[in-house]
Amino acid sequence: MSSMGPGRVRMPASAKRGEVIEVRTLVQHPMESGYRLDNTGKPIARHIIESFDCTYNGREIFRVKLHPAVSTNPFFTFCVVAQESGEFVFSWRDDQGGVAIATQSLVVNT
Amino acid sequence: MNTKHDSHDSHDSHVASRRRALGALLVCASLLVVRPARATPDELSVALRDAFGDQPIARGKVKLEIPRIAENGNVVPVTVSVDSPMTQQAHVSRIHLFAEKNHLPRILDVQLGPYNGKAFLATRVRMATSQQIMAVAVMSDGSLWSAAADIEVISSDCGL
Repeated sequence: MSSMGPGRVRMPASAKRGEVIEVRTLVQHPMESGYRLDNTGKPIARHIIESFDCTYNGREIFRVKLHPAVSTNPFFTFCVVAQESGEFVFSWRDDQGGVAIATQSLVVNT
Repeated sequence: MNTKHDSHDSHDSHVASRRRALGALLVCASLLVVRPARATPDELSVALRDAFGDQPIARGKVKLEIPRIAENGNVVPVTVSVDSPMTQQAHVSRIHLFAEKNHLPRILDVQLGPYNGKAFLATRVRMATSQQIMAVAVMSDGSLWSAAADIEVISSDCGL
């Protein structure tokens, strides 16, 4: 049912403690607004990612509630302070039960 | 005498037609309120009230960057940054984006905090038509700050 692609993340593999790093995320998804019509004039059902979140060693550091005005293949760039080495988990959830998960590890040097 | 009478008549009909015009205007206005073709700035104020109640929204601290002209309203790059030290004591806790004339004025709602280091967001949004985009930041002390920018949209088929 879901047409969600794998989530993709670009961020540095390592950083100095206290450094602010940039995290870029992208996922493939139609983000069908529910306001468009198909060729026969019938409305195309709404199908959107409703939430995106990122945890850093289990703690939530960024969350987005998406509405239909977010473009196809949602893209988010945000910042985070490198505190300790560990794992980032990124999750995208759509309104038809589709889920995409991506993980990325970060090595923090003192 | 006759002329005077005529002018009196025409004055009466003027008043009547003015009344009719006023009545028609009122009817039009009420129709507009009941059934807007698409979201109006009024719907933006409804969306803002939904999100923030009657709290005042100040201008400033928020930097909103969008292109002046979008060839394609389906994919409009947006960046938002907020002037904040992002400490435990003083940080941005939420950023909201609104499109004044989309059917659904809300675009997205972000939760963030001191662990982000910088209050920054880049994304891509849909604009149905030429309009104003507004970014509102909620600070840790509860105050609201905002920025708005106009965009001219050449074409868009997002339906919003």
